[in-house]
Amino acid sequence: MGKTLAEKIWGDHVVYSAPGEPDLLYIDLHLIHEVTSPQAFDGLRLAGRKVRRPDLTIATEDHNTPTIDINKPIADPISKLQVDTLRKNAAEFGIRLHSLGDIEQGIVHVVGPQLGITQPGMTIVCGDSHTSTHGAFGALAFGIGTSEVEHVLATQTLPQSRPKMMAVNIEGTLRKGVTSKDIILALIAKIGTGGGQGYVIEYRGSAIRALSMEARMTICNLSIEAGARAGLIAPDQTTFDYIKGRPHAPEGAEWDRAVEYWSALFSDNDAHFDAQVDLDANTLSPFVTWGTNPGQGAPLDSLIPAPSDFADEASRNAAERALEYMDLAPKTPLKSVKIDTVFLGSCTNGRIEDLRAAAEIMKGRTIAPGLRMLVVPGSARVREQAQREGLNQVFLDAGAEWREAGCSMCLGMNPDQLKPGERSASTSNRNFEGRQGKGGRTHLVSPLVAAATAIRGTLSSPDDL
Amino acid sequence: MKAFISHTGTAIPLRRSNVDTDQIIPAQYLKRVTRSGFEDGLFNAWRQDPEFVLNQPQYSSATILVAGPDFGTGSSREHAVWALQNYGFEAVLSARFADIFRNNSLKGGLLTVILPQEIIEELWALIESDPTTQITVDLEAREVRYTGKKVAFELDDYTRWRLMEGLDDIGLTLRQADSIAQFEEKRPSFKVRTLPARS
Repeated sequence: MGKTLAEKIWGDHVVYSAPGEPDLLYIDLHLIHEVTSPQAFDGLRLAGRKVRRPDLTIATEDHNTPTIDINKPIADPISKLQVDTLRKNAAEFGIRLHSLGDIEQGIVHVVGPQLGITQPGMTIVCGDSHTSTHGAFGALAFGIGTSEVEHVLATQTLPQSRPKMMAVNIEGTLRKGVTSKDIILALIAKIGTGGGQGYVIEYRGSAIRALSMEARMTICNLSIEAGARAGLIAPDQTTFDYIKGRPHAPEGAEWDRAVEYWSALFSDNDAHFDAQVDLDANTLSPFVTWGTNPGQGAPLDSLIPAPSDFADEASRNAAERALEYMDLAPKTPLKSVKIDTVFLGSCTNGRIEDLRAAAEIMKGRTIAPGLRMLVVPGSARVREQAQREGLNQVFLDAGAEWREAGCSMCLGMNPDQLKPGERSASTSNRNFEGRQGKGGRTHLVSPLVAAATAIRGTLSSPDDL
Repeated sequence: MKAFISHTGTAIPLRRSNVDTDQIIPAQYLKRVTRSGFEDGLFNAWRQDPEFVLNQPQYSSATILVAGPDFGTGSSREHAVWALQNYGFEAVLSARFADIFRNNSLKGGLLTVILPQEIIEELWALIESDPTTQITVDLEAREVRYTGKKVAFELDDYTRWRLMEGLDDIGLTLRQADSIAQFEEKRPSFKVRTLPARS
């Protein structure tokens, strides 16, 4: 019987295997940031261990960092300590670190791909659940906890139980104004936040093949919100073209050898998937969340649901709770929801294509009175490129704020936060209660919806302009 | 890591589904560089409400959390496990756990036990009518016992052994150091390497 793509990658990385035990997998790349690493390095130090492969490890500062005045010392002493701790640890253990102010600094899942360090067929881990992003390159990439971070630092391996395989087949053509963000939000609404639990999801089909690498990254990024262990897309010419010429891309004969290996990275025709889900891209439209988990979403041009719309009691209770927290009335149009803050950024949608898409809509226009918009490029390189293209001026002229790179308002940890009761349209990945700040209310949207919303002041798509 | 053989204690009913890691431990607490002291962060937002179950005195000495399905969704933050442990919980019972959270819990010795939702409902009713009900989570027998009833649960042999011995994963892996070195020798030359740290 044939193998799935994920099974092939798994098989290529088993260091040790014994019946009744999890397989010991080799890790090709370990990404590090300041929040989930301090206790891991402490553990190494206490046990007198070194980092086994500093040359397969790379670090950046992204979660706990400010996005303005980055040349000044970090104002919050606890945040400053955490970032200083990473700097100290990276120096002590010999790990390459891209700090605030470094041109290669940025959100860890933007940095890996842009450096060309994320490649097909790799096992990639990071102490961050959105590590699934790198699966867009045909890599097996997943988030790990701090104890596992320590384990990888010490041994460059990780014991893992075999996941099940799910195929998500998406055929058809996306209509104008519909993006990969809408695809994945629609999928999560369909299968639920537990729908992918225990699975690695492979995204397949003509609609997936037609997507750019950045669009594929958005889809793989949100796999975790469907409960999946990881999400991946088989590499193809689009993938190879993206990687070629980047700083860490192989060259010459090594490039040819790499492409030969990468070209065999696909699920065999007779591979077995434990589950299949189909989505018709032709029927998709801009999709947003109304509730407090990424599965509580609906088409933007529909009505906010009522708890009674849900079949099971748990979903009804969850909807009731969510509507109360979000202060939304059932059966009102989503397009009537008034937004206070728009956040364009994050590892989900903070790349150059996302900024271009939003800028195209906002060119020559201004944001709604009383509304605030934060545009946060995913990395210093993305920021630099956006400035070369004049995108920053479009945002500034519209009345939005143009920030430095970082996770920013995605999670309420650094200074970029919602105030209690404030409502956002956010291109990020989580709308949990208090996610963007205590009492904050988050609606997850695509960059196109974010831009149109900023102009009109209520949840909108470009068609409404 | 402390070994886990069997634990008997009282329990607290958390009648919520989809309890995500931002609720278990808000991002603000992740700024810390220590592994301990997270007890004040546990369910911090919900604890602001005096009616929240964790604030009820009859459950103040509970060491077992009985939660709705899809517990621990969201982030990979292991701080969620530390917060539960720092607060005093030894085990969490639910019909379904998010993968990363479950993995983290079993690494750190917080026993997450999967039980059918009907059993969870039964336990909720029981501990709400009598908060002093003693519940035993027996890892050795792979059983949860209460008021004369026994319910079996699943956990793979390897994890059960590791938790009962209180073994550190890294020490276990380093027993395969030779296999790791052999694997490294055979890695293709085109595989990526990062740049050295700058001095």
